[in-house]
Amino acid sequence: MNDIVQLDHGSGGRATQELVQRCFFQLFANEYLLQMNDSALLPWAGGQMAMTTDSYVVDPIIFPGGDIGSLAVHGTVNDLAMQGARPLYLTAGFILEEGLSLEVLEYVARSMAEAAREAQVMIVAGDTKVVPRGKADRLFINTAGVGVVPSGIRVGGQYARPGDSVLINGTIGDHGIAVLCKREGLAFEREILSDSAPLNDLVSGILESCPRVRVLRDPTRGGVATALNEIAQQSGVGIVLFEESLRIKEDVAGACEVLGLDPLYVANEGKVLVFVPPDDEQLVLNLMRNHPRGRDGVKIGQVTQEGAGRVTLETGVGGHRLVQMLHGEQLPRIC
Amino acid sequence: MPLWAERERVLKYVDAYRDSKLAKRLLETLQKRPYGSRTLRLMEICGTHTVAMFRLGLRQLLPSPLQLISGPGCPVCVTATEDVDRALWIARQTGAIVATFGDFMRVPGSRSSLLTERSRGGSVRMVYASFDALQVARDNPHREVVFLGIGFETTAPTVAAAILQASREGIENFSVLSMHKLLPPAMKALLDGEGMDLHGFICPGHVSTVIGAAAYEEIAARYEIPCVVTGFEALDLLQGLHLLVDQVLAGEARVVNQYSRAVNWGGNPAAQRLLAQVFEPADAPWRGLGIIPRSGLKIRKEWQLLDAAERFAIPPMESREPPGCRCSEVLRGTVTPPQCGLFGKACTPETPVGPCMVSSEGTCGAYHQYHQED
Repeated sequence: MNDIVQLDHGSGGRATQELVQRCFFQLFANEYLLQMNDSALLPWAGGQMAMTTDSYVVDPIIFPGGDIGSLAVHGTVNDLAMQGARPLYLTAGFILEEGLSLEVLEYVARSMAEAAREAQVMIVAGDTKVVPRGKADRLFINTAGVGVVPSGIRVGGQYARPGDSVLINGTIGDHGIAVLCKREGLAFEREILSDSAPLNDLVSGILESCPRVRVLRDPTRGGVATALNEIAQQSGVGIVLFEESLRIKEDVAGACEVLGLDPLYVANEGKVLVFVPPDDEQLVLNLMRNHPRGRDGVKIGQVTQEGAGRVTLETGVGGHRLVQMLHGEQLPRIC
Repeated sequence: MPLWAERERVLKYVDAYRDSKLAKRLLETLQKRPYGSRTLRLMEICGTHTVAMFRLGLRQLLPSPLQLISGPGCPVCVTATEDVDRALWIARQTGAIVATFGDFMRVPGSRSSLLTERSRGGSVRMVYASFDALQVARDNPHREVVFLGIGFETTAPTVAAAILQASREGIENFSVLSMHKLLPPAMKALLDGEGMDLHGFICPGHVSTVIGAAAYEEIAARYEIPCVVTGFEALDLLQGLHLLVDQVLAGEARVVNQYSRAVNWGGNPAAQRLLAQVFEPADAPWRGLGIIPRSGLKIRKEWQLLDAAERFAIPPMESREPPGCRCSEVLRGTVTPPQCGLFGKACTPETPVGPCMVSSEGTCGAYHQYHQED
């Protein structure tokens, strides 16, 4: 590794893991940090609470289907929901670049307020800093959030067991492709919309009816492939994906083909991977399909004993291939 | 027909080539061919084919007498280290902006890569098309914008078009460092090399849309080797393999065009005219294959103001290949990536030692990404 920070280190894949291990984990080490889940589970008088934080630096600030403000609420709400927590309170920190239009800032703030209302969380504290022109890119947002975990819920990346079914609440790759197309000015006939959405309502519905859910994970940066690899490693199991059951919108698939990107590695902001014992598969799929955030819910894979720590994909023609974690940024190819 | 309806039709048309039932039937019939005790060594020249085979998981489903060998058809992989070093040198010049396709960013030169140069403050822009680089030049009239011309016959015509456009508009701060390469001369060089026991070529699909299936006739005849121009979907690949096996078993050596929905016999005359207008063939260095006569494209004198090799006084490079790296042999198909001591250890996609690990189309990258040890 070079001795300077490169963009790869922020990609959410293996390079990010290595950076965090090298620079933060050893120095900050404690039992909660080392849970290595989307949020930390902490003890408190009433049982368990979850706490998380996330920074948002998306370019462009406003994209089809969302903006940096709604994303900053959804992302943090979802990280809490992935621990089975009911998100309650958020904080919001703003880093503003000198020269940013107030109209844009107000647009983003309104969007955050609306997203918070929908997700039923309150933004209870905040901070605003302004840096000279050129020292930041218009607007960065950090949100932190806390929530409480209902008793009897135990979900986490380490609990996947052989035989579990892997479900997802819809199509993959929408968010990453929507943002990329907007940023690069790539136009397709129909505008591709980000799937950015709060998942806490969908998730709490699933947990109420099916407390045996083992893993919840939102496949954001690094996509489904990276999220599943993390779970396979945390739980020491193998995961097989079925290529033919992955749902990818036609325009997203088309954009990926043109750009040479693999939708399995493209970010989602309104999707959740749910691992359940096989007996509960149908129950959870029905719950998903009856919820507005899960109409296209589908089983995409299975947990296996063999191939521990690895994710493989069964192709349409019956072949198998390895699905690795994201290595750095996906770079569009030449031909 | 409205545009969207046309598009739906085209997409459905692609889906038809992914029919998994038919693919399984083609695999079964491929299993039953009378191979006897023969081993058929078939080379897929193009990196996109290599990746497509892995993505479909086809390799492990093929009958054991069929041995697929990956060839030199990954543009960034075959770019010689000295050429990478020249590009890096330009990226370090004050006021210059290097514009390039994504895959080239990580390719290691002797001492760094464009990605590293960028994080050190070098001005490197990733673009999706040569015309995007032209736009960078329009937007930055006081900077020298150099587009890295990487790619085979598929990509080169778009670069030729950008050069002509820059000339028409009188854009004075744009130039191209041409490292373009031609595939048929490389195929000949491979066959002329020692120890190349090949029984057939899966010829590239995209390149052939430009040069046409006819471009392989000389190779098929002179080296008595069957050539099948093949598409990239499951059924394309399986039919292409059938067509190669047909010929090998019948002792024939012809050019067959499986990918006729995209490739003409004579290719694309407009693209060929563009190439001829802007470029001329020149000897070019290939990683792994050395200097191959008339295998590169040099910008013609007429357009030398737009030729970065003329515009900049690029000093001779003291380039060195990374010690232990076997990319050269991988590109010739004489070793497979896991046979290299660095593969998966010192050389990974995050810290690639050789170019074949960098590109999404590179053989080492494809093995690392998709291959399961059996």
